[in-house]
Parts: sequence; C-alpha cells; structure tokens
Amino acid sequence: MKIKINNKEFDCKKGEVVLDVALRNGIKIPAVCRHSDLEPQNSCRLCLIEIKGKGIYTSCSTKVENGMEVVTESVEIKRLRRINLELLFAQHIEQCNECNWSYKCRLLKLAKNYNIKITKFNDRKKGFPTHQFGPSIIFDSSKCIDCKNCIAMCQKQGVGFLEIKQKDGFFRTVSNKEKECVYCGQCITHCPSGAFEEVSSIKEVENVLKKRNVIFQFAPAIRSSIGEEFGLPYGSITTGKLVTALKKLGAKKVFDVSFSADITTIEEGRELIERLSKNKNLPMFTSCCPSWVRYVEVYRPELIKHLTSVRSPHIISGGLIKMSEDNPIVVSIMPCTSKKYEITREELMIDGVKPVDYVLTTREIGRMIRKNKIDFDQLEESELDYPWGEPTGAGVIYGASGGVMESALRTVYQKMTGKRLKDINLKAVRGLKGVKEAEIEIGKRKVKVAIINGLGNIEGFDYKKYDYIEVMACPGGCIGGGGQPIPINNEIRKKRAESLYNIDKKKKIRQAHENPFVEKAYKEYLNNKKIIHKICHTTYGNNKNK
Amino acid sequence: MDILEKLKASELKGRGGGAFSTALKWELVKKAKGKNKYVICNASEGEPNVFKDKYILDNYLPDVINGINLAVDFIKAKDAYIYLNKNYKLKGDTQKCIVFKKTSGYIGGEETAAVEAIEGKRAEPRIKPPFLTEVGLFNCPTLMNNVETFYYVSKIDKGEYNKTRFYSINGDVSNEGVYELPIDMSISDILKQTGNYPDFDFFAQVGGGASGEIMLPQELKVPAFGAGSITIYNKKTTDIYALMEKWAEFFHTGNCDKCTPCREGAFRIYEMVKNRDINYEVLDDIFFNLKKSSFCALGKSIPLPFESLIKKIK
Repeated sequence: MKIKINNKEFDCKKGEVVLDVALRNGIKIPAVCRHSDLEPQNSCRLCLIEIKGKGIYTSCSTKVENGMEVVTESVEIKRLRRINLELLFAQHIEQCNECNWSYKCRLLKLAKNYNIKITKFNDRKKGFPTHQFGPSIIFDSSKCIDCKNCIAMCQKQGVGFLEIKQKDGFFRTVSNKEKECVYCGQCITHCPSGAFEEVSSIKEVENVLKKRNVIFQFAPAIRSSIGEEFGLPYGSITTGKLVTALKKLGAKKVFDVSFSADITTIEEGRELIERLSKNKNLPMFTSCCPSWVRYVEVYRPELIKHLTSVRSPHIISGGLIKMSEDNPIVVSIMPCTSKKYEITREELMIDGVKPVDYVLTTREIGRMIRKNKIDFDQLEESELDYPWGEPTGAGVIYGASGGVMESALRTVYQKMTGKRLKDINLKAVRGLKGVKEAEIEIGKRKVKVAIINGLGNIEGFDYKKYDYIEVMACPGGCIGGGGQPIPINNEIRKKRAESLYNIDKKKKIRQAHENPFVEKAYKEYLNNKKIIHKICHTTYGNNKNK
Repeated sequence: MDILEKLKASELKGRGGGAFSTALKWELVKKAKGKNKYVICNASEGEPNVFKDKYILDNYLPDVINGINLAVDFIKAKDAYIYLNKNYKLKGDTQKCIVFKKTSGYIGGEETAAVEAIEGKRAEPRIKPPFLTEVGLFNCPTLMNNVETFYYVSKIDKGEYNKTRFYSINGDVSNEGVYELPIDMSISDILKQTGNYPDFDFFAQVGGGASGEIMLPQELKVPAFGAGSITIYNKKTTDIYALMEKWAEFFHTGNCDKCTPCREGAFRIYEMVKNRDINYEVLDDIFFNLKKSSFCALGKSIPLPFESLIKKIK
C-alpha cells in the first residue's frame, strides 16, 4: 500500500495509522495524547492532518488507504493547532521547574514552535486538588489535560483505580474509593502533562547526605536508562558514571543491587526446588515486584500462598548493609514508584530496623544530579564499592521482563542436575510479549514456566498449568518501570533491555551461584538458617488497606 | 413487496436528525457479517425543545414496537434494545425489547455513545469508521433507528405512510405541541396551520433544539430539517445573551469532555457569554476549531446556533 504525505510517496501497511507512517519517515506531526501502548484517545486534537478531498482528520486514528493524499502543514492546520494548544494550556497549570517532563516537555516545545500565548485564557483549573496515593504517587489535577491516558493505562493494568467522575460540568479524573492503587506508576509514564509524579524523597535524602553515612544502591535496570535523564541515547550503559555521580552527591559507598539479585535467585531457586519436590503450592510466583505483591494481597488473596517468601533484592542488600556498615542510611535508586511503598512494609523490618531508608526513582536521581550541576556525560567512570562489587550477568538481567526467570532457571538447573545449562541464553523468556511461556527439562522433570509483564495480563491467565511464574507489573519489566525516565514506549523498552542482555553476554560470570561475593555473603553474614530467614525472607497478607 | 422494497419506495430518511436513508441502513446491516446482530431504538431525545419522540411513545407505542419487530425479523437480530431517555416512561407492552434507561446527558444520544452506554461503559463517542452497521453493540452489526423512524416503518409496512413527520413546536407560541404534517411543508405554513404564526417580530430556531439554526421570518419558506423542532422567540422580549447562555451551559455540561475543542471550547463560550464579555475574535477561533477538529458531530454542531444568532440578530 502507498500513501502520499506532503506530495511524497511512502510505503505503508494496511491497518496502520497515518501518524505512524509519517513519524517513521521523519515527518513531524505534533501528537501529545497519543501513546503507542494505548488505543488513540483522540483527545488533544493536535495531530491534525488534511486528507485531500475529505477534510481535516486526526492522524493518530486515521487508518491509511491506498492512494490517500495527506497534508501535514497548512495555514488552516496551523490555526487549528494553535487554538487547541491555547485551550490545552488554559486547563494546565504550568509548574515546569518541578515537572517530570521538564526540558523534554512536548507541550512547551509546541507552544514555542506555534508561537502561542500560553496564558491567553485564565487557568480554569486553578485551585484544583492534589491527591496522594500511598507513599508512592501524587496526582496534581490542576496539571491534567484530560486525555485520560492514565485511566486507560490503569485499566489495562487490570486495576481500574483511576476513573472518571462528573463534577461542576466537567468529567474529571478521580480515584475510585472502593479500589486500591498498586503504585505501579504507569499513570506517570503515560501522562503527557506531568500531572502524575512520584512522592519525592529528594529533600530527605539531601538532608541525610549532609550528616550521615549514606550508602546508595541502584537497581539492575538503572544502568541502561539513567543516561536518558541527561539526553544520552536510549539504552546507553552508564554504570561507572552513575557511581561517580552518586559519590559526588555525597554517597560514602555505592553498591549494585544486581549483587543481591543473585542472593534472591539462590534463595528463590532453593524454594522452587523444595516446592517441586513436594509438589506443594505450585506454581510458585516471583515476589520482587511490590506492585504485583500488593495486587495479590488486595485483589487476589487466594494467590498469596503461591508467592515465594524471598524478599526483593534491594531489601536483602539493605539488610546486609545494615549488618555490615557503620550506622548507615540506605538509599535505593529504583526504576520504580512501588518500591517507595515496599520499604514501608512492616514485615520487612529487621529487629525494628528498616533495611532501606529511602527510595529515589531514576527520574529523581536524575533531577538531583542536574540540580547539583554535575555534567553527567563528562564524568569519569568509577568502580563499585566492596565488599559487594562487580555483579554477575544473571543479576543484571533482573531489570528486564524474564530476567528473574532466566537467572533462576540457570541456577535451579545446576542445583538439580549438577550440570550447567547447555545454553544459558534462554531466549524464550526474553522480550516484550505480555505473556511468555517455556518448558525446560531439568533432570527427569519438565518444568513449565510463564512470564507475565503488564499486570493486566494476569487477569484470566490459567496459572495452574505452570510450575513457576514471574510477574512484573510494568510492561517490559523494571526497564519500563513507573520510576523510569519518560517517555517510555516499546522501542525504548527494547533498547534498555538489549543493553542489559549485552552486559550479561560479556560477563565472565553469568550465574548467580558462581558469584564470589555471594559466597562471601553466605559465609560471613548469612551463615545460619535463622539469619537467612531474617534477612532474605518475608510474609504477606497484612497490607490490604495500607 | 418485502419490507426493504417498501422502505426503498417510501424514501424514508432517519428522523433522529441525520436523515440517512433508512432502506440503505437496513440493507447494510443485513449484508454485514456477524455472529449476532442487534436492533436499537434510540429514544434518548436529549435536546431541549425536542419532544416528539416522547409524544410518539406516549401515543403510538404499539407501532414503534411493530417497527422494531420488523427490523428484528429482517436482520435476524438476537435482541432489540430501547435506549430510553431517563425521564420517559413507556406505557404499554414493549414485548421482547430490552429497555435500557440512559444515564448520561446530552452526549448519550450520539449513536456510538449510546452503544458504549448499553455495553456498560461511559457514554463517549467511538471513532468512525467502523460504523455501527458493521461494528456496533458488543462488536456486532447493529441497526439503530430513532423512535419516529421505527414508527413510520410500521406505517409503511401497513401501507399507511403519507410522507408526514412530527414537528415539536414551542417557545413564544399559543399552541405548543407536537404535530404530524407533511415532510415538505414549509416552516411558515406549519406555523400557520397550527395557529402558531406570530403576529409580532420574531425569529425561529429550527432543527435540533439547542443546536438548531436561527432563522428569520423571511427564511421560513423551506421545510424543517434535523429532528424537526421549531422554537419561536419574540424578538423584542428575548434576551439573546440569556438565550446563548442557556445553550452554552447545555453544551458545556452535557458534552462528554473527550476532545479539547469541545471540552475547553464549550466551556470558554459559556464563560464569555455568562459574563457578558464576549471577545468575538476568540469566539470565532473556538467556533472554527469546534467545526473542524471536534471528535464527533455533536461538537461540530455547537457553533451553528451561536453563529446564526450573532449574524442575524445581534
């Protein structure tokens, strides 16, 4: 199929929309409410085009037809875009300095390009309320441009916490009082106007940095996304620079959570082997995603017994840091908004001490680095601190959907058969498909596994057929997490994930149980069952209404 | 002659306001492929000054039901729904029809929004194409006609159709009401025949209630259109700003808020009119955007009453 855009011919496929064909060929059309994860909302009315002989249409929702002739710029289109932009700004209270979009804001760019007066109308949302959802998410309704992406995404996640209610002549985005938010933060990453953001801990962290022994640890998924906060290409790996930046901010030590991911793998592997041998409470579900855990506790309590009792990696390393360092404050840098909630779970306290004191998202640490005028791209690379230095490949891939599964299977195979997997690249569990499955022969047993990313995919999923299931609330896993730099779409998720797999490929040690630091941890700290239980395991079910 | 032939011969057009050929619509649904098919009678009648569907339901329900049954048989529908204005009551036997009370405002009358509502979702228009005739209720081919259309289908089947339609007449008139008169009768003749032609200086709003067009006496030599409403205003005693404010409030509170021009535009029109502080340049911009870039036909139709009033009366 062929269409003409601005008198040039382009190939396209049936079912495609004009916007996608244009963008693919470098033709810019402003589209603010369009997110490729969702059906077009048709809300902002900026991606207008003219179809010759038919009139004005929105390119996000107009499917190509053979021979179609499209114009993307004209006096009329410009006027329409200008007016709709003015109307959008009339309902959006600008707080650009603190906004998640900051210099990447598409609305602001368009305001400049179209030379509009953003204050042409009075702000009709002045005084609109700000809502906080748990310790994780803030919704400032005065910044909302009513595109309803957040509601669509919340529904897609199978949660439906956000909804529309009519008040004073307008339909507004509100939270459903009968439901609970699971804090996945996908509303944030799908909001074009910065109305959703994380509950910030920057001030608290700045405060402790001045006077305490602050130790930063960062999640596996951060290394391939933090660069985007400073304009680097998607998927840039910047582990060493990140360590330097964190030191410049005042961290005494910097650790990599990939290391404790290996401990999670070993503990979880052990639990899986036990459950397989007893055929009890199968399938076993992973539990390192706190939104998934919360979803189970709130909406699917019948699955609680299927969750592994193993703590998520940063909670395990937090516990180890608290044991081994001198009166430390532990700050986790996470791709995640839900981790802010996770650290408030009382079951995770160790003798009254929180394993992790603060969680900062990738975006927050980006903001802190920018605020301190650190030129990230120009930084030298630094090594991670000991005793928990260099991670294995298995720990790094935790950041992508399927990574926990792949790491666990590498280790479980070795533990059950005494042999190393022939090919440790388990490609079947990788990728962005919402539901993936694989079968792997371990000794005499065929182990059936499934990987779910995007919480909504668990709805109606026939989990009973499987032995082991990884669930990550965010599409693509942590690389697409609610705390990650925006924008996020499948192309970006793919690049971030690829970078993690490339790191894994190049590592000498690619299996959790071969990690010498892990061996050291078990020898020096986790050397009896009681302490292993305290640091590495937890319980569920008491957090329904928190 | 089967019903389709009769419909074709009658040249019946939809009476909800869109004036689409009824025979063609029936044929499209008949030909469309789908596991199930549905019939919906749109009785949502949400515009102020339009009340003829209520009149027909109150007085001729059996004929409406008969029309629906003919459609069910013709397209072999699984079910038939009556999508009913929440203030209306059906007095009489609705047979197998499922009565669905509309919960939303004005926008709920838009055909795809109505389908969304019956499916249990928020009444918000869908993108077209696909049209309801292919992908309608529960993604099945769906035939939706207005109450009056179904009434006349029944009449046509019985050979009793004399090319008439129902007119809602109100405003500054002596004989407010619903009248059944020929489709080609001019508006001024309709007013005369019903004893409603004013003996004072006036203007009329014709078509679809609040979104109808403002017409001057000398323009009334044409037949009525849209949903067939005729509202008379005494030029001397009518406060046109109050009138515009009424329309604007109706559009602003009754629209679905899906798209920027309608959500924000209707609000800004309301704001300006209410404050009696109209910036005509801004108003013109908003009208332009409503007409050109609104998502659905309802948004596109908002400027008509204002523009025609401002042009002809102000």
